[in-house]
Amino acid sequence: MTFLKVSDLEVEFCVDKKKITPIEQVSFEMKKGEVLGMVGETGSGKSLTAHAIMGLSSLVGGKIRGRVQFGDKDLLSLSEREMQSIRGSQIAFIPQNPMTSLDPVYRVGDQIVEGLYKHRKISKRAAKLKALEIMEKLQIPKANHVFQQYPHQLSGGLKQRIVIAIGLCTSPQLLIADEPTTALDVTVQAQIMRLFLKMTKDKGIGLLLITHDLGVIAQVSDKIAVMYAGNIVEFGPIKTVFNTPHHPYTKALLNCIPTIGMKKGTLDAIYGNVPTVGNYPPGCRYQPRCPDRFAPCGTIVPKMTKLAEDTRVACHKYNGSKD
Amino acid sequence: MWIYILRRTLLLIPIFFIISVVVFSLIHLVPGDPIDSLLIPGSTAEDRVELTKAYGLDKSLPVQYCVWLQKFVTGDMGQSIIEKQPVKDMILYNMPFTIRLGVASLFVSFFLGVSLGIISSAAKNTFIDYISMIIALLGVTVPAFWLGLILMLIFSVMLGWFPVSGSGSLKTLFLPAVTVGMGGAGLIARITRVSMLEMYNKEFVLLLYAKGLSRSAIIIKHIFRNALMPVITIFGLRLGWILGGAVTIEIVFSRPGIGSMLLSALYRRDYPVVQASLVFLTMAVIIGAFIADLMYAYADPRVRDVYK
Amino acid sequence: MIENNVREHKPPWVVVLKKLSKNKLGLMGTALILCLIFIAITAPFLEPYSYKEQHIEIMNEPPSLSHFMGTDDFGRDVLSRVIRGARISFVVGVLSVGISVFIGVIVGAIAGFYGGVVDLALTTIADLTWAMPAILIALLLVAIIGTGLESVVVAIGLSYWAQYARLIRGQILSLKSAVFIEATKSLGASDMVILFKHLIPNSIGPVIVAATIGIGNAIVLEATLGFLGMGAQPPTPSWGAMMSNGTAYLFISPWVILFPGLAMMLTVLGFNLFGDALIDLLDVKNKESN
Repeated sequence: MTFLKVSDLEVEFCVDKKKITPIEQVSFEMKKGEVLGMVGETGSGKSLTAHAIMGLSSLVGGKIRGRVQFGDKDLLSLSEREMQSIRGSQIAFIPQNPMTSLDPVYRVGDQIVEGLYKHRKISKRAAKLKALEIMEKLQIPKANHVFQQYPHQLSGGLKQRIVIAIGLCTSPQLLIADEPTTALDVTVQAQIMRLFLKMTKDKGIGLLLITHDLGVIAQVSDKIAVMYAGNIVEFGPIKTVFNTPHHPYTKALLNCIPTIGMKKGTLDAIYGNVPTVGNYPPGCRYQPRCPDRFAPCGTIVPKMTKLAEDTRVACHKYNGSKD
Repeated sequence: MWIYILRRTLLLIPIFFIISVVVFSLIHLVPGDPIDSLLIPGSTAEDRVELTKAYGLDKSLPVQYCVWLQKFVTGDMGQSIIEKQPVKDMILYNMPFTIRLGVASLFVSFFLGVSLGIISSAAKNTFIDYISMIIALLGVTVPAFWLGLILMLIFSVMLGWFPVSGSGSLKTLFLPAVTVGMGGAGLIARITRVSMLEMYNKEFVLLLYAKGLSRSAIIIKHIFRNALMPVITIFGLRLGWILGGAVTIEIVFSRPGIGSMLLSALYRRDYPVVQASLVFLTMAVIIGAFIADLMYAYADPRVRDVYK
Repeated sequence: MIENNVREHKPPWVVVLKKLSKNKLGLMGTALILCLIFIAITAPFLEPYSYKEQHIEIMNEPPSLSHFMGTDDFGRDVLSRVIRGARISFVVGVLSVGISVFIGVIVGAIAGFYGGVVDLALTTIADLTWAMPAILIALLLVAIIGTGLESVVVAIGLSYWAQYARLIRGQILSLKSAVFIEATKSLGASDMVILFKHLIPNSIGPVIVAATIGIGNAIVLEATLGFLGMGAQPPTPSWGAMMSNGTAYLFISPWVILFPGLAMMLTVLGFNLFGDALIDLLDVKNKESN
């Protein structure tokens, strides 16, 4: 049975009576207990993809199209009510910015147990115990005390861990984490990543990890999806993609990682910027920045091409092989 | 927190002095001599001097002020020149009516305003939003006395649901409270709407949806709770503005109260009554704003911490 | 907003008009105000009857084809009086707001510019005034300076200045340290020049918006004073005086107070809608303006 299969996901917004589609042709799949790393520059549509899977884009006025198969359900065909029973219960979300993601007027403890009350019929006491247990696992010192505090009384790192605790407390099957460790020290970051890994292996949770940190992805992911300007341009097992990247953008991205022993001045940067939504170039969206560009790139949108089992790329260079 | 409350309370004392000086000097700018209205036709100049002396009106203004203030703070507010009874008794008699009307109309303002604001923000740019906002705008734009007369005409005269005037039962309070409350409700509704709409775009709302909470739970429990802060602030600041309608409405519905007492005293140049009722009304407004400020500090944990 | 206009190379009013044409409520407000101005100017030509001629034989007649709004207790045509009242209300509104803005701008500018004790004193007074119900202040002032239309204008003007003082003070405080002000200062400009030539003109925007809505409030206050018998005295056909007069006959001839009230409601609505539209158009942070 499929765990999560996203096919041709597309989000459309209406801005000033103009339709824009910030993400298009997004397809990938995940197995139970797998970690999928999603990388891309700021503005490439990573967060939006996460929101779309959870059906959150529709709440802010966007139209979601395509298919999101989760277990035996197509999430996009569910009613808002049915989605509410899945959100926060079976699929949990850890948002990007912990500093502003907590309600300033409620105690953080109440915010952690809020989801628990809603989805699991348990007593107040049991909910608190459960929350404290998660908080301790996340290395929150004096969890009992922090439970009673308001967001503005906590440091950025603590807030981030609270936000993570909110996501974890209902023991979801799929966890979507949007840059979950950016505000944390490297040591704490490593601990939390280890916790994530342990959960995926022990409990068979699927983790969709969104980050722009390729280092983190290299350490924890089983698979990687590379996003560029609202499209997934390359998808495959982490080893394959890191060792033999196919898409010119993936290659460029990997060349941007500094490694120890590197010669001075050899660190690459990608020329130009990610085009903004609504200003995508015709054909392949990476084409203006691509060093390997040739005839069809400027006119024809490249389709995802299967290179091997689980490995796909959207680039005209590889188009001849199948399709 | 307690230190903050104490400090704010102490601050009320200089404010009281400023108000008393302003009120006292303004009253004495009013042309016309109240003694005129006391003299029986045919009385002599000596009678006049005697009366002036009896009311202490022959001394210089600063002296009159000091005497008045000293008596005022000890609870002696003087004698009404026209009614010939202690001002204190008149205030004590009329105060409860005004407090009842004031509290009831603040209630109407707040709950009607907040409900309209929540509804229109939740249904932004729909027909419901426009209707609620038009109601709110009418509340602000329609003169309170006119609304009172029209409501009286419809509900008392034509439908006979409420008594035309009076002050006894709760039934007599309903129309006046709604009339005064409408203005405040309009103001509160508009502020609630703006404040709510601002909150919808906050990042923490996304996490609430991600927790699987329903839209209505998010709006009531979280968005409204956060949007309430600016509403309380404005509510406190504009308390006087909201209650201003009460003065005229007491006249419209022929209710006893500080407002109607003040007006009749003003017509008849009854200094002591005007002074006392003005100081009372003014202090009521200031203290109301002070209470709203405390509520604000209580409602927002961030503000609470600042004052700790 | 000034930068935007420069970028678009269009005169500011063209930009504003263009945006206004998309704002339905704003358009409605504009239309209401234009109507009022038109009626106020052409009042003598629009009135079907004389506004002051009394006809005892047609006292308190309900609205009919010959008298659309009926007649009052002296047999005067209510419609004609409502039309004439538009003129009075408009003039009272504009003049009294003019006084408020004048006082408010001076007080607020001085407070904001000089700071310190001056600021503290002026701000305290302004805040206290602002917290008071305007009707109380106006009543007291009318009692001091007497009734009659001129006194009412002055009294209303003196009751509403505080909100403008608060607004302009805030604006000046945020502008005071702006680079161009520092530059002007270093060129040796006097305080007065900086204040009146640079600071006030650059911070007047929100005041103008608030004043637009303020005209509506002033008109209501005039009517309220009139209703309490402390405003314009009969036979002046001010809307407030008309309604005050009509109160006695509320149950016999409600049209006498109904129509002036409706006229006033539309007028005030117009100023509010227009003011709200201005807030949107000029992007003024002005949530507490009323």
